[in-house]
Amino acid sequence: MKSKLFLVLLLIGVLMGAVVGCGGQSDQKEEGHEQTQQEQTGGSKGSITAVGSSALQPLVEEAANQFMAKNPEAQIVVQGGGSGTGLSQVAQGASDIGNSDVFAEEKLTPEEAKGLVDHQVCVVGMAAVVHPDITVDNVTKQQLIDIFTGKITNWKEIGGPDVKVTLVNRPKSSGTRATFKAFALDGAEEASGIEQDSSGTVRKIINETPGAIGYLAFSYLDGSVKALKLDGVEPAAENIYTGDYPIWAYEHMYTRGEPTGLAKDFLDYMMSDEVQKTLVPELGYLPATEMKVKRDAEGNVSQK
Amino acid sequence: MLKKRYFYDRLGSALTLFCASLVIVLTVSIIYFISSKGIATFISDGVSLREFLFSTQWWPDRPRAEGGPQLGALSMIIGSVLVSLFAVGISAPLGIVVAVFLVEIAPGWGQRVLQPAVELLAGIPSVVYGYIGLSLLVPFIRDNIGGGGFSLLAGFLVLSVMILPTIISVSADSIKALHIEWKHASLALGATRWQTIRMVLVPAARSGLITAVVLGLARAFGEALAVQMVIGNTRQIPTSILDPMMTLTSAITMDMGATIAGTPWNNALWSMGLILLLMSLFFIMLIRVVVRRGVAQ
Repeated sequence: MKSKLFLVLLLIGVLMGAVVGCGGQSDQKEEGHEQTQQEQTGGSKGSITAVGSSALQPLVEEAANQFMAKNPEAQIVVQGGGSGTGLSQVAQGASDIGNSDVFAEEKLTPEEAKGLVDHQVCVVGMAAVVHPDITVDNVTKQQLIDIFTGKITNWKEIGGPDVKVTLVNRPKSSGTRATFKAFALDGAEEASGIEQDSSGTVRKIINETPGAIGYLAFSYLDGSVKALKLDGVEPAAENIYTGDYPIWAYEHMYTRGEPTGLAKDFLDYMMSDEVQKTLVPELGYLPATEMKVKRDAEGNVSQK
Repeated sequence: MLKKRYFYDRLGSALTLFCASLVIVLTVSIIYFISSKGIATFISDGVSLREFLFSTQWWPDRPRAEGGPQLGALSMIIGSVLVSLFAVGISAPLGIVVAVFLVEIAPGWGQRVLQPAVELLAGIPSVVYGYIGLSLLVPFIRDNIGGGGFSLLAGFLVLSVMILPTIISVSADSIKALHIEWKHASLALGATRWQTIRMVLVPAARSGLITAVVLGLARAFGEALAVQMVIGNTRQIPTSILDPMMTLTSAITMDMGATIAGTPWNNALWSMGLILLLMSLFFIMLIRVVVRRGVAQ
């Protein structure tokens, strides 16, 4: 009996040893990996990871594929996981690039955000969208705030059909919701409504539910839902470039410190005409290079 | 020759022992991990257990200056409990009756047709159940019953179908395992088939049937994806079965990727995970007690 107990303890010990050993090994590997990255300057080879925002993921993935086709020795691994994951991974040094829908200052503590360098690779525009049967085409900002805070509960109050308003929100942690709240609702707290964690589902629900209103990035507008004008301004790329339409956000790719090696090459490629002029509009984003205005982390807009 | 056999014997026992301890280590470390993360809400973020369990105020992003973060999970805890209980309320009677039918009434074609059908039901991925619920059930409820469609009703209907296979197969097994003499004796005493089932078989299989129901309840409590797609995810305590609501699991899946590890918001999600874990531990204990009682009888 005693020997059996001893055996169990021994096995658990061995197991723990193995786990710790593995951890040690991977640490070593990572060091080596960083070294090879530092060695090569300008030569696009090695391997990096870009983790985070699922809204930005399709663009980064596609750009990475094109980049790897041109630089066969480079390996860029793109993963989703959400903006929060991206920011914390890059701040901890677990990932080379952290993709995010929001400024790092909005999610991380000042100390954590300090070391991060922001690369604004593109802009995402968002529109308030309604069920196709709602006859309202244009809302003022105040009306939009009243709808989302629950003051307006029926579409007839603003000249639409006699249908109850149904709010369809993204989760509180979503970057799209944060952007919409900040720039469309001027920070007003939304009333509770249906919440869904993907834009595709939000579109489906708004399309099917009479009286539904929500918000979507431009890339999700496909005619199955109706995008509203805000204060008479069409939600369109040109109006965002000039700063006339306020609901938009940068897509960020953060690095810890100035990027070097492959990370720098890839980020340069993201800002090149090749990506900005073709890939970015193709996938429904707005090129950062076209913007005539800029916005800081506090939301202040200024001419470029 | 004998030595070699002895060697293999020892090798085999070492190997099985290794695998067994691997499982134990895994379980213990997962429990340790979730507990340490989940307790952080109360220790390092200063949220009281009382607030977490009994408050409905959920403002995880509110800055400290404005009285935040407030992390009250009551509406989600109640949501999880309600949706699971309603689902079991439908599935338990239905599942047990189907099990009786399968074993006692139509053992022939029941096992040829019904058994595979039940197994198929168990094999459908939960995302598919959710998608069917979203595409068929939600519009149906909205157009024919009322409300917005996304509701407690849609949630427990989807769940009740999902847990049905568990309840049916565990119940059927426990009825099958009864001594055939009991049935024969009952029939020989002149009892009808209905009397035999009601007075002898079902009471005798009671502990197995309760196990089936508890297993179903545990599965309903832990299900995330399918429920999340049809309940509307509104953080409120539902006042009618047509109200949208939120469960612990859907709250975790909606926010886990977009919150940062170590923040009160993220820690609160771990605390919800800990509640789920404690609930399933409780269910397992319950099953063990029930089974032990059944054996004792």
